[in-house]
Amino acid sequence: MNTTAQILQNNIQKILDIWMQNQLADASLRDDLISNEELRRQSEELLSGLARATASGNVENIYAPEYEPVTEILSDISITRARQGFSPRETGMYVLSLKQAISQVLEEQLSDKPETLYKELLKLNLLLDNLSVITFETFIKGREEVILRQTDEISEISTPVIRVWEGILALPIIGTLDSARTQVVMENLLQEIVNTGSSIAILDISGVPAVDSLVAQHLIKTVSATRLMGAECIISGIRAEIAQTIVHLGIDLSNIKTKASLANALQLAFSMRNVEVRKINKNTGISLTR
Amino acid sequence: MIVMTKDTMQIVREQDVVPFRNRVRELSVKIGMSLVNQTKLITAASELVRNMLKYANGGKVMLETVSKNAQAGIRLTFQDEGPGIADVQQAMRDGFSTGKSLGLGLPGAKRLVNEFDIKSTLGAGTTVTIIHWKHGR
Repeated sequence: MNTTAQILQNNIQKILDIWMQNQLADASLRDDLISNEELRRQSEELLSGLARATASGNVENIYAPEYEPVTEILSDISITRARQGFSPRETGMYVLSLKQAISQVLEEQLSDKPETLYKELLKLNLLLDNLSVITFETFIKGREEVILRQTDEISEISTPVIRVWEGILALPIIGTLDSARTQVVMENLLQEIVNTGSSIAILDISGVPAVDSLVAQHLIKTVSATRLMGAECIISGIRAEIAQTIVHLGIDLSNIKTKASLANALQLAFSMRNVEVRKINKNTGISLTR
Repeated sequence: MIVMTKDTMQIVREQDVVPFRNRVRELSVKIGMSLVNQTKLITAASELVRNMLKYANGGKVMLETVSKNAQAGIRLTFQDEGPGIADVQQAMRDGFSTGKSLGLGLPGAKRLVNEFDIKSTLGAGTTVTIIHWKHGR
């Protein structure tokens, strides 16, 4: 067992106290996100894990099996913190303030042996730096998980299929159409065609910022799949600049029914279903005759 | 031709396409491009950046605002270190694709912008440079 490990083990309570003091004194401590008891429990767990790991004599390789409990606790803490909305600074300071606490105790214990102190401090620095790298890695992983979950949620909610009239479905597409989203759009649309027995689907692309050949290809595929189900597809919301771009790109949409606005598409759908919309003289309501 | 601003963006994932397109939009709005020309440039850029992702696993794009004869424009240079294109002439033909796409990306992009240049070396990568002027000519 080396000096640091010994000092760590003998002074675990003292280090914990100093560490807690440091953490609690820090102005950036989020006591609204984590209670002091919880913080103390987490810190104690990590510190005793660290003391056990260093007791094995290994203070360099944090990927060795004896460090597994330490890295596990640390990853756990930083992932939870990422989800709870801690800032990277707060999460980073957690491990770095431990370094400060241990250094302080080492300094007290080894004040008569400056050479040993220097060497031990170097080792300690290296060890805790490695641990803080782990904290960052997992913190970012935790954040990325949040982002991925949100991406999934957005693609789920952003493709509603609306039943506008008997036999007519509308699907407003907002945002960029990529392969994954097209899949969701197509699935939702085809399922809804089955469920409602609709014969006309209107794909509204007013909310799609750019139509390049990939987006066009996805649209064409969706239209073909709808046709296979025996329904007709109208694409609406083609803005003037998009129309020009499609022509220059050389995309052939001539065998697909397209309209400038959703209103026009709806009108076409009504006429295809032999439905007429007209004004009644007496009141201002709309009457529909078949 | 005078280069006024210069910026590079790394494209490595599909998620990089939208921020890149927004960056191009920002630049074209800044030089006062009309909506049609903006859309043309953005669509061409989108095609080329997708090609880069699909065939070369990404690369980098240099975004420059340039000026010639008192007209502002945007020059985009797409540079990848992918497998390169075996027959550039064939690749520039409508409907030709080695992937399962429409085969309109390269020829379409060329039609959308004012100046288009492609250089490809097998095994070393491809560089595509496009320029679109403020007034679209």
